[in-house]
Amino acid sequence: MTSSVSPALVTPGDGGAAAAPGRSRSRYAPGKRRSILLTVLLWLCVLYFVLPLWWLFVSSTKNNSALFSTFGMWFGGDFSLWDNLQTLFTVRDGIFLRWMLNTFVYAFVSAAGATLLATMAGYSFAKYDFPGKKVLFSATLGAVMIPLTALALPTYLLFSQAGLTDTPWAVIIPSLVSPFGVYLMRVYAADAIPDGLIEAARVDGAGEFRIFWQVGLRLLGPGLVTVFLFSLVATWNNYFLPLIMLNSSSLYPITVGLAQLQSAASAGGGSQALFSTVITGSFVSILPLVIAFLFLQRYWQSGLASGGVKG
Amino acid sequence: MSHSPALTAERPAGPPLPKRPTSPAKRKQRRAAYLFLLPFFVVFLSMLVVPLVYAGYLSLFESKLIGGEVFAGLANYARALTDPAFLEGLGRVGLFFIIQVPIMLGLALFFALALDSARAHGSKGIRLLIYMPYAVPAVVATLMWGYLYGPDFGPIAQISRAVGLGTPDFLSPESILGSMMNIVTWEFVGYNMIIMYAALRSIPGELYEAAEIDGAGQFRLAWSVKIPAIRPALMLTLIFSVIGSFQLFAEPSLLNAIAPDAITNSFTPNYYAYNLAFINQELNFAAAIAFLLGIVIAIVSYFVQLGGERSERRERKLS
Repeated sequence: MTSSVSPALVTPGDGGAAAAPGRSRSRYAPGKRRSILLTVLLWLCVLYFVLPLWWLFVSSTKNNSALFSTFGMWFGGDFSLWDNLQTLFTVRDGIFLRWMLNTFVYAFVSAAGATLLATMAGYSFAKYDFPGKKVLFSATLGAVMIPLTALALPTYLLFSQAGLTDTPWAVIIPSLVSPFGVYLMRVYAADAIPDGLIEAARVDGAGEFRIFWQVGLRLLGPGLVTVFLFSLVATWNNYFLPLIMLNSSSLYPITVGLAQLQSAASAGGGSQALFSTVITGSFVSILPLVIAFLFLQRYWQSGLASGGVKG
Repeated sequence: MSHSPALTAERPAGPPLPKRPTSPAKRKQRRAAYLFLLPFFVVFLSMLVVPLVYAGYLSLFESKLIGGEVFAGLANYARALTDPAFLEGLGRVGLFFIIQVPIMLGLALFFALALDSARAHGSKGIRLLIYMPYAVPAVVATLMWGYLYGPDFGPIAQISRAVGLGTPDFLSPESILGSMMNIVTWEFVGYNMIIMYAALRSIPGELYEAAEIDGAGQFRLAWSVKIPAIRPALMLTLIFSVIGSFQLFAEPSLLNAIAPDAITNSFTPNYYAYNLAFINQELNFAAAIAFLLGIVIAIVSYFVQLGGERSERRERKLS
């Protein structure tokens, strides 16, 4: 099964990565008739994706009583965004900020590590011949299908024997494995780095590692960003792993922290003020990734197009 | 070798030279190749293979009040396969897969094709806004939709009451699965759309030329050129969706807080395994459940792939 994945996924490119940026659709541009009907339809669909986020924003400007008494999709009551933010960042001695920082650290360290490991492995698979290559690559591809949860429990037990649970490492180390990242980097490196260039560097007397650092990495830019973003979002959004690995709330990432706030809010009847805190916290927590997406989406897509899943 | 023809073509054709002692240069390259692989495979072994084997090992034992851990053979598996809670959970995620995944991937494909045709105004904005929910963690998405579904101050209920339809109950035992499908669809349509869209953008131009000469319309073009050309990307999204739906965890565990009657502790197999391990302390049984779930996912992925390859072959024969 594992070995049958790859031919289905990777079909021959046409000139490869180098072609990607410059290949605008100019080659195929019939009169570009815009369709009003399609435009209206698509923008109506966009509402479905955007309105919940709009609701989240609007609700984070309301205090708890307005939350229950005014129409959800529009502002109402006093504008309490600042009050909510103040509560959010001071609740339990400012633990929310701590959670945000934890998330940043876990996500960036994991993504950087996972990208480096995946890039080295993908480069090796793409550019070298060695005994056992086929077996190792098949194992990597097969691992894409291993359900993380089958692993989370035994990993937890192993980590607790090693005394690693309830430390940042418990979240970071398991997130360093990215079989899909290896796969993406292999396909990307195969196209992006011409064999001739490597040969030329060898003739010049450069060692294999220098070639990788100075020639390889430079040409792998968009692929690197893609793998980095994939790993970043995966760790940023992860809930299951930190939930089981961490006990101290000072180590929680934002996902586990918010879930805890929420269950406190819905459990404690007296502490209803917390609902507006949970909502404001949710809103603040998604801002960094949303902003990152706005700025990086160009890379994201070009990396996927040329390196990942071309048809 | 199982990879693309483009890769194999780079190597010199013909049989490999039966040269026993490899040249020093080749040996050096080989050593470098293994060194590049080493860090990844160290983590791969310790974080994937070892836990997997350990889970398999754990699942073969039973913990008794007297005598501690006792070898139990396949008893845990026998128990799992006759445990209605596990089987119902499995049926539930199976249903989830059959209903939600076609809707999600269908929408994603529609959006990707519509954007690729460049016939809508503001395509770039549309693409970005549909993609946006992917930046929202499942936890936040579930919390948010939980509020939106709320019978008191949820805006859907507010609107519904305003037009005289009464208060819809999204959190009842009958409707919770559908409500969950909606959350997952909202989260992942954009992600799948981007994968498909990226594949569409890299279809080589020659493929269009024939169709253009034929004077094919947009729908014919989509059906007979674009969709077959991005089959690998479609396959990828499908496999990811198999894994995603069978592993559902964050959504049920968070909805449990607001709809405790609708979400049992075995609502999805994954949530069940978690509750068994960390609430009931039945580690061995939980390991067996997790292992079985993994096997089910592998089998479903295998058949999904098989189906994909078969229809591809059929299509080749036709054309």
